[in-house]
Amino acid sequence: MSSPNLTAEQIAFQERARAWLEANPAPETDLELPLSPLELATREQVEYYRDWQRRCYEAGLVGADISESYGGHGHSGCQSIANREMSRAGAPFLLNTVGLSMMIPAVLAHGTEEQKRRFVPKALSGEEIWCQGFSEPGAGSDMANQQTMAVRRDDEWVVNGHKVWTSFAQFAKHMILIARTSREHKYDGLSFFLCPVEGHPGVTIKPLVKMTGELGFNEVFFEDCVIDDSLRLDDVGKGWTVAMTVLTHERGAAEGAGGGISSVHPIERLIALARSSMRNGRRASDDPVTRDAIVQQAIAHEGLRQNARRARVPALNDHPMRLRMQQGVLATELEQSCARLGVDIAGARSTLYKHDAAAPENGYWPLAYMNSYGFTISGGSNEIQRNILGERILGMPKSK
Amino acid sequence: MIDSPPRDFGFGPDEEMLRDLARKFLDESLPVEKLRVLVAEDHDSVYERHELPRWDEAMWKKIVELGWSGLAVPEEAGGVGFKRVGIVGLVEEAGRHALPSPLVATLNATYVLDETEGASDWLARVAQGTTASLAMTNAEGSWEPSEGGVSAREEGGDLVLDGTAYFVQDAFKAEVLVVAAHCGGDRALCVVPTSSAGITLVPDRIHDLTRDQATIRFEGVRVAKENVVSRDAVGALERAWPSVLVTVAADLVGCAEWQLQTTVQYAKDRKQFDRPIGFFQAVKHPLVNAMLDIDRARSLVYNAACTIDYGDRDEALKAARMAKSAASDAGAFISDRSVQLHGGIGFTWECDVHIFFKRSMHNQALYGDGIYQRSKLAETMIGEI
Repeated sequence: MSSPNLTAEQIAFQERARAWLEANPAPETDLELPLSPLELATREQVEYYRDWQRRCYEAGLVGADISESYGGHGHSGCQSIANREMSRAGAPFLLNTVGLSMMIPAVLAHGTEEQKRRFVPKALSGEEIWCQGFSEPGAGSDMANQQTMAVRRDDEWVVNGHKVWTSFAQFAKHMILIARTSREHKYDGLSFFLCPVEGHPGVTIKPLVKMTGELGFNEVFFEDCVIDDSLRLDDVGKGWTVAMTVLTHERGAAEGAGGGISSVHPIERLIALARSSMRNGRRASDDPVTRDAIVQQAIAHEGLRQNARRARVPALNDHPMRLRMQQGVLATELEQSCARLGVDIAGARSTLYKHDAAAPENGYWPLAYMNSYGFTISGGSNEIQRNILGERILGMPKSK
Repeated sequence: MIDSPPRDFGFGPDEEMLRDLARKFLDESLPVEKLRVLVAEDHDSVYERHELPRWDEAMWKKIVELGWSGLAVPEEAGGVGFKRVGIVGLVEEAGRHALPSPLVATLNATYVLDETEGASDWLARVAQGTTASLAMTNAEGSWEPSEGGVSAREEGGDLVLDGTAYFVQDAFKAEVLVVAAHCGGDRALCVVPTSSAGITLVPDRIHDLTRDQATIRFEGVRVAKENVVSRDAVGALERAWPSVLVTVAADLVGCAEWQLQTTVQYAKDRKQFDRPIGFFQAVKHPLVNAMLDIDRARSLVYNAACTIDYGDRDEALKAARMAKSAASDAGAFISDRSVQLHGGIGFTWECDVHIFFKRSMHNQALYGDGIYQRSKLAETMIGEI
């Protein structure tokens, strides 16, 4: 009972997607591939994934629900099916995750006709990669505390500032950029730009090395970088509104818009690991404490699914946002605790880095565990999310 | 044929109406001030005179008139045959008001009777307001349907019961007992009025002020053939078990929501260091965590109820065990924080939190706590050891 109540269009789409994925497995390669798009490190890797996204786009699996005028395929309610099928088939991730899940929703909601025609098609095909410039050294969890300034000069803006934690910047053509256009208002003083970065004067990109030893993040410096006013998204002072659109869609992206990072149900994966790991002279899957820990994860996982289901039943929600606002915290912490449990179960073998021949699942568990902090911190750390939940949903006094 | 479960759990206008009516009725007839007077005003009655916990029989008569106690009786037997998803909505409200009543005990006995061929007369009586409770547990408090402390022997076409049933819920409020008794190699399921000759109810001294519990002695209790409703008590109990678990889980979730809202309100009102204590993240964040736990449990309760209504039995048992595990743990966590965050007053008899704390603690243990449910789940999800 995978998907009840599909329309005829959706059923036909699902069959086509499934057939295409079966007939078109990802090309073999000798490259050492990263475990997620966030760890892309080399041009060769980028070209491998760019080629894969282009194939998927041409097969109709990317941009399924987007209008044909903007390079999409004009379906309705089919992108989630495409994502599910890609995940199910264990397909490689989609390269342009910022473009697909952040830039396109923002431009479609807030952009001019010209901006839509200019940027959407090339993001869908993977020709133009996007990165995201929201975080700053002083604006992490307090995202509205942006210090990067954009000053108007006739029909241009001159940008000065410093962005951090910018994934994909070293491969990106453009950045979705939030910058301060007025110091008088915190939220209403922000504006949103579609900023060129690749080879653009005044933009300097410096890679950051993550705690895992992996590349992927960057710092981006703006020094008198000039942006044409036609690249401003929505009105001056509307940057915060656009950013909220983007972050709403980013939560959706976490559910798999990027295609399958892991094709196997995480709990099945933990059980398989436990069956193949020894602990105190017996299989970890026979150890009662380990079994309890795995079932706890399974219950949390099922709870997340059922929360999403209940969120759509108004009669079972006393406050309309109570479940919706929990989803990010729950999903990121579940991923973290699952990965941590995988580390525990893997035991001595959890010490092995990826590409060590003896590392279980190519070193997935310890890397997934360490990388999970990216998700519990970014987009407003989970501590800030708990403040927001306590204040907005439970009505407790603000902690500032 | 099994339909695929509806996305909305099958919680439709009828279920919503019943839930809202129940909430309104309980808000009016059992506000917490009244509950406190009912169960906790006379401390000596509980701890010096060892009287049975009090309940409001007049209110229960109204509840019977509203038809709640017979909701699980199928239409063929003269009941409403209400869906589980509607019943858990109602039971949540009972938990939220810590309602002392034989409602949950009667519902749980009904589920078991409904899994037999021979109980239609008794089901019809439940639909008319007869209260019932399960007598199935041995001295160790085993929740396994195959274990119990009562035996039956055949005598002139009747069964005669001897032995002891332990941990019988709201036994002093029940008119009949649904007894699982060892009988040869089988277990027989008998319906026995609590007033029958040879039955002695011994009250257990318990913490929870919102129910009673008893140890029940059976000494040569004769059960006429027509009241032996099944020769496969284990099967009936196993088939009813998802419903039993999810009903107690729903009570826990409702109770937990009261504990959460009450503690949040206290955190807004109580000032220390010139601020409401809810300002401090050491107070705010645990309450948010309690909310996350409660919501998870609530979603799992509705999923389990819906799976019982629509799904297959194996899936229903798995879903119900998940719900009971999550609800027990959510109940334990908010109980812990509700006392701690109320501070000194939370440790006293005069503060209402202890009433809900103890109802929750009782329900956490009833039919197996979180650890127990997960141990059973591991057997099906990972395999036997």
